[in-house]
Amino acid sequence: MPYLGSEDVVKELKKALCNPHIQADRLRYRNVIQRVIRMSKLDQWGQAEVLNFLLRYQPRSEEELFDILNLLDSFLKSGSPGVVMGATKLFLILAKKFPHVQTDVLVRVKGPLLAACSSESRELCFVALCHVRQILHSLPGHFSSHYKKFFCSYSEPHYIKLQKVEVLCELVNDENVQQVLEELRGYCTDVSADFAQAAIFAIGGIARTYTDQCVQILTELLGLRQEHITTVVVQTFRDLVWLCPQCTEAVCQALPGCEENIQDSEGKQALIWLLGVHGERIPNAPYVLEDFVENVKSETFPAVKMELLTALMRLFLSRPAECQDMLGRLLYYCIEEEKDMAVRDRGLFYYRLLLVGIDEVKRILCSPKSDPTLGLLEDPAERPVNSWASDFNTLVPVYGKSRWATISKCQGAERCGPELPKTPSFTASGPLIPEENKERVQELPDSGALMLVPNLQLTADYFEKTWLSLKVAHQQVLPWQGEFHPDTLQMALQVVNIQTIAMSRAGARPWKAYLSAQDDTGCLFLTELLLTSENSEMQISVKQNETRTETLNSFISVLETVIGTIEEIKS
Amino acid sequence: MISQFFILSSKGDPLIYKDFRGDSGGRDVAELFYRKLTGLPGDESPVVMHHEGRHFIHIRHSGLYLVVTTSENVSPFGLLELLSRLATLLGDYCGALGEGTISRNVAVVYELLDEVLDYGYVQTTSMEMLRNFIQTEAVVSKPFSLFDLSSVGLFGAETQQSKVAPSSAASRPILSSRSDQSQKNEVFLDVVERLSVLIASNGSLLKVDVQGEIRLKSFLPSGSEMRIGLTEEFCVGKSELRGYGPGIRVDEVSFHSSVNLDEFESHRIIRLQPPQGELTVMRYQLSDDLLSPLPFRLFPSVQWDRGSGRLQVYLKLRCDLPLKSLSQELSSPEQKAELAEGALRWDLPRVQGGSQLSGLFQMDVPRPPGPPSHGLSTSAPPLGLGPASLSFELPRHTCSGLQVRFLRLAFRPCGNANPHKWVRHLSHSDAYVIRI
Repeated sequence: MPYLGSEDVVKELKKALCNPHIQADRLRYRNVIQRVIRMSKLDQWGQAEVLNFLLRYQPRSEEELFDILNLLDSFLKSGSPGVVMGATKLFLILAKKFPHVQTDVLVRVKGPLLAACSSESRELCFVALCHVRQILHSLPGHFSSHYKKFFCSYSEPHYIKLQKVEVLCELVNDENVQQVLEELRGYCTDVSADFAQAAIFAIGGIARTYTDQCVQILTELLGLRQEHITTVVVQTFRDLVWLCPQCTEAVCQALPGCEENIQDSEGKQALIWLLGVHGERIPNAPYVLEDFVENVKSETFPAVKMELLTALMRLFLSRPAECQDMLGRLLYYCIEEEKDMAVRDRGLFYYRLLLVGIDEVKRILCSPKSDPTLGLLEDPAERPVNSWASDFNTLVPVYGKSRWATISKCQGAERCGPELPKTPSFTASGPLIPEENKERVQELPDSGALMLVPNLQLTADYFEKTWLSLKVAHQQVLPWQGEFHPDTLQMALQVVNIQTIAMSRAGARPWKAYLSAQDDTGCLFLTELLLTSENSEMQISVKQNETRTETLNSFISVLETVIGTIEEIKS
Repeated sequence: MISQFFILSSKGDPLIYKDFRGDSGGRDVAELFYRKLTGLPGDESPVVMHHEGRHFIHIRHSGLYLVVTTSENVSPFGLLELLSRLATLLGDYCGALGEGTISRNVAVVYELLDEVLDYGYVQTTSMEMLRNFIQTEAVVSKPFSLFDLSSVGLFGAETQQSKVAPSSAASRPILSSRSDQSQKNEVFLDVVERLSVLIASNGSLLKVDVQGEIRLKSFLPSGSEMRIGLTEEFCVGKSELRGYGPGIRVDEVSFHSSVNLDEFESHRIIRLQPPQGELTVMRYQLSDDLLSPLPFRLFPSVQWDRGSGRLQVYLKLRCDLPLKSLSQELSSPEQKAELAEGALRWDLPRVQGGSQLSGLFQMDVPRPPGPPSHGLSTSAPPLGLGPASLSFELPRHTCSGLQVRFLRLAFRPCGNANPHKWVRHLSHSDAYVIRI
């Protein structure tokens, strides 16, 4: 139990926490919530824990919600980043039906987040940047006026610079695009090749909205004739012409000359693709491809060879005279001498296609040259805050969604390994019901109509949710006398495959219990038992998720019998 | 909640290891962490790593790695805060945080960890509460002496040095109340500002950012009330205006939770009752609106002869700080310049306010591959001539202009001599970059 202050405070919290099904006992918990929030002497660790506990609470009314928000307001201004972020997460989750409140909270947390992003501690800086990116998914303009804080500093470690570049890419708007692009352009000539490439990709990202300026910058970068820059620029161009066909002209004019500076596989593939698809606009396209064909024997990457085949076929369709000869040579090489079977197969396919006829070739190879709609699909639409609110202030934004998914899959597999059935603890301590009564109780399920599934593993949350969404199907009052031990009842119910979700402790008034059962057709029965302070009757309310009267009646008779048995035992 | 906590030296040797819950493997996890850390690809962040159901979160502090492992999806902000708080506490107890001090004080460290964390949950990190439980004394490497000056003043002359506490004065351990209170009661107040500046190649100021902190290290008995008075014209936010003239302005301010701000609005006085040890009283940020001029301006001019590969860089550094007279005649500072790791490094030990220094550097740059230049030698700098980055420390100067007017102690600790109060203002560069 974390340190939360004095004895009384701890007692109050324990009371609340020992009831894991908060919604089941609203009245009692509500008072405790109010007291917990008003605790004054907590240090930052206690406050963070309190905020964490409160995540499980759902306020009943709007009034109560705003009441809680007002009480916790001071936590948002705390000096401790853990408390501020915990409060932010709680507010975002509590106010999930009020988007304007969520936006307001995010505005208030801007200051602390930005301070954390410029913190001396690199680790805090990194974690804050991950959260900033998370927020930008929903509110892209949120940090636009503070773009200067995300300029990279010379001495920062690589992983922070990469995050900052991503953030810059995402917060671009009309007012700051000029400065941001200038800054990114500076990074493109950085000493570190990785960082320069990341900056170029970022410019490519911005180019989808601000195409002209970005294409101009990228063209200038080509003029530097640096290998690591040129290859990435050409790849960016390839992606860009697909999404923004309006820049094709500019790209085609920029391309001549860059073939001399590309040595890696990705860059070559991108260049060859561009030459193939848009070759008619590039004057020296056939000659560049000819160079590649001459050197195909020494080409190490099969992907490049395959791309070359396709590109040359396309160019042949638009400029047959120039390409005919080298196409022939290339096909000959690929079919006769090439060792990689994938390349050979493709060469063979194209050869046979050519034999069929030029019209067929045109039909198959002349694909659309661009698809701007793909940009709309790819660009993640603004996600509502509620989709990531529960991940805020956890490790999920730090890892990134995709990596977190892999991690949780691995963890899930590990944990499911040893599958221990959840047996109630008291079975180990000896039978509480004498043997002969157990037999009597056991007779019932065989009465034909109802077969209850044993070992039903229903989680509390699911029970709660389902309980709240259903209407009461049946209500009944049974006479009741005196005291009994809840454990006895629980065990008896277990025998007939009725699972106890929650049960008040013995002697509590009003005494409540929540039970669940499922029959073999999947129909769920949720039951509430209530023993009032008069102690003379037990009220049973049953909810069923599918309306089936016979099964309902059978279930009720089972329940009645069990309760009747307990009644007899204790008396 | 935390499963394990360990401290590694900068080379990966485990110094401290503690397992709180016994559910996540044994000591070899420290070695596993170090191997994973060093083997990480460049673009992945080492701050949070994952291995077989365990998350490793660490910070680097004074060359040591402080690492926690957890198997739950916990708040990263909370954990990082805990780690920095632990680092501060260990520093308070052992004097300064370092490999040597930790190895000498292993008993204290384990005792501290026992009290701070129970079964992986944080109990308390407040010095107040911990003092009552920690029994072991810290071991110091050599007895502390106020006469341990870093440089000796001229014989007989009343130099400024004797009125300045040496920089090691604050780095002695907090002693428990049981020991002999022969050490002086002292309190150190530092106003430290980090300056981040970015200047474009045409001289225009792209970004200026000041992050400031007022840090307190108190050796006084806890409970002594203290009042810190700041400059009265100090305004927070863009709309406030106090006093006459432009005043001193910051964008945002945040205080430690134990600070009493009753008199802050009216007289800019902060009241608090600090526990022994280190405490950050106030944090503030200021960007883009610096009223005082930038401390340094650099005027570079580069000439590059592509044909011969000779690069000439002429740097003129101007210091725009107001001239502060020193009562002591300084010997001429030794400057040196060296070329190492692809960077030119120019060391200037001391620069006086208002002065101007220049240096001409000649380097031979190997010719980059490519077509030969067409006759004309370009004067544009070659690709990869990175920005000039300055790193400096400005004593007795704050970029924002914020000053501590007074530091008064309300409660006189009985029996001891007048406590010493040391107030220091300092600015240093965080990232002062001038593009060429």
